[in-house]
Amino acid sequence: MIEIKSIHKSFGKNKVLQGVDLIIPQGNTIAIMGPNGSGKTTLIKSILGMVLPNQGNILMNGKNIQRSWKYRNQIDYLPQIANFPNNLKVSELIKMIKDIRGGEIVEEDKYINLFSLHPFLNKKLGNLSGGTKQKVNLVIALMFESPLIILDEPTSGLDPVSLLVLKDIIIEQKKKGKTLLICSHIMSFVEAVCDTIIFIWEGKIYFNGTISALKKETAEDDFEHAIAHLLKNAHV
Amino acid sequence: MFKILKYSFFDLIRSRWSYVYFAFFLLLGYVLLFLNNDVSKAVITLMNVIIILVPLMGTMFGVMYFYNSKEFTELLLAQPLNRTSIFIGQYLGVAISLSLSLIIGLGIPFLAYGIFKSEAILDFLLLLVTGGFLTFIFTAISFYIGLSNENRIKGFGYAILFWLFMAVIYDGLFLISLILFEEYPLDTFSLIASMVNPIDLSRILILLKLDISALLGYTGAVFQKFFGTHWGLIVSLGLLTLWVIIPVFLIRKKALKKDF
Repeated sequence: MIEIKSIHKSFGKNKVLQGVDLIIPQGNTIAIMGPNGSGKTTLIKSILGMVLPNQGNILMNGKNIQRSWKYRNQIDYLPQIANFPNNLKVSELIKMIKDIRGGEIVEEDKYINLFSLHPFLNKKLGNLSGGTKQKVNLVIALMFESPLIILDEPTSGLDPVSLLVLKDIIIEQKKKGKTLLICSHIMSFVEAVCDTIIFIWEGKIYFNGTISALKKETAEDDFEHAIAHLLKNAHV
Repeated sequence: MFKILKYSFFDLIRSRWSYVYFAFFLLLGYVLLFLNNDVSKAVITLMNVIIILVPLMGTMFGVMYFYNSKEFTELLLAQPLNRTSIFIGQYLGVAISLSLSLIIGLGIPFLAYGIFKSEAILDFLLLLVTGGFLTFIFTAISFYIGLSNENRIKGFGYAILFWLFMAVIYDGLFLISLILFEEYPLDTFSLIASMVNPIDLSRILILLKLDISALLGYTGAVFQKFFGTHWGLIVSLGLLTLWVIIPVFLIRKKALKKDF
């Protein structure tokens, strides 16, 4: 379980997060949505300890994460931009991340098969296309069995087949009782895999509830329209 | 930290530029030795090249590596690793691979020439040691500049400016001040001023070791009196070490406070 207690973060004059309070229970699949620049990635990075909040605390399983780093072996993270050392081969990168995490159960073969990455294993990362890099990125993020999975724009650059594979993987992980935090702008994807929506706007949580609750609140039948409604109201 | 170091190091020794750097020193060593036919003279010429070029390469490689591995660093930051070991590990990876290019690149021709039978072996070793120090110093500073500047154009600019200042402008200012204040006793001033800049310090260290301080006139005598002794050598190496430790400490401090 993650507890976020009134997090504030500003970059210079730009106040990105302005008092975010959030409790993420174990076993939920949560979509973090919001317009560009609303603070989604900053929130995720605060949980990871990559961004250091100006104010507030983040507790993971009751422990404050500030200045600690060991808790990150409980988290699998997929960064938004996939870029790796160009001189390394795919197989070497996977080996290296395994080596760095050390001694965890790893299921890389399964994911390499699912994303059909076998032909690329001996290629250098610098020579891969954007979509293939994203698949490598996904393999690295998913191959560990951590209880919390954070995916930042997991669908970017993926072809339709891989997108379906990704959906199945996420549904499988849900069944295992893992917590998933997903940032995405792809509505159909979010609707298909997530239970709860967190809508961030101007650094605050604007909506936090299930998809059906969102539809009810906005009196819209359609998820995309409900989000659009939310956005419109937010801008007023 | 050693895991990060290992991977940064292997990543770099596979890059084309490390080989170019290595081949350059290899070629330079051979050309100088067979043109001069004299190890001592070759060491002097090499010194002039090393003192300018090694800091430049350390600066460029450091800043380039730092910015190029930015996304990868973010991937590492999400792993259960502490920040200090990520950045210090990467820094050591760059600095060690550069130093190895230098040491092996120059070592091969000098070994082939028979450096072990020559009397200049200590001079040559000192040259490699100062070259190594300069690599570690300027790589550390360029990493610090990279960490402090999100904008890579600015980062590159500052790093090059810093190198230019230390390698060229500093000497100019030093000479102007010597001319302006020539009526005053300047022994201590020039001694301190040349110890503060790692490039000048390395140059003087090697020149004095080569026993050509007579060329430097009266100042040379003052310098010889100080640097020529073991005490001077120890102080100089201590200062060079300090020049490594301070930027590394600053990298650590910056890394712990930065948002990624």
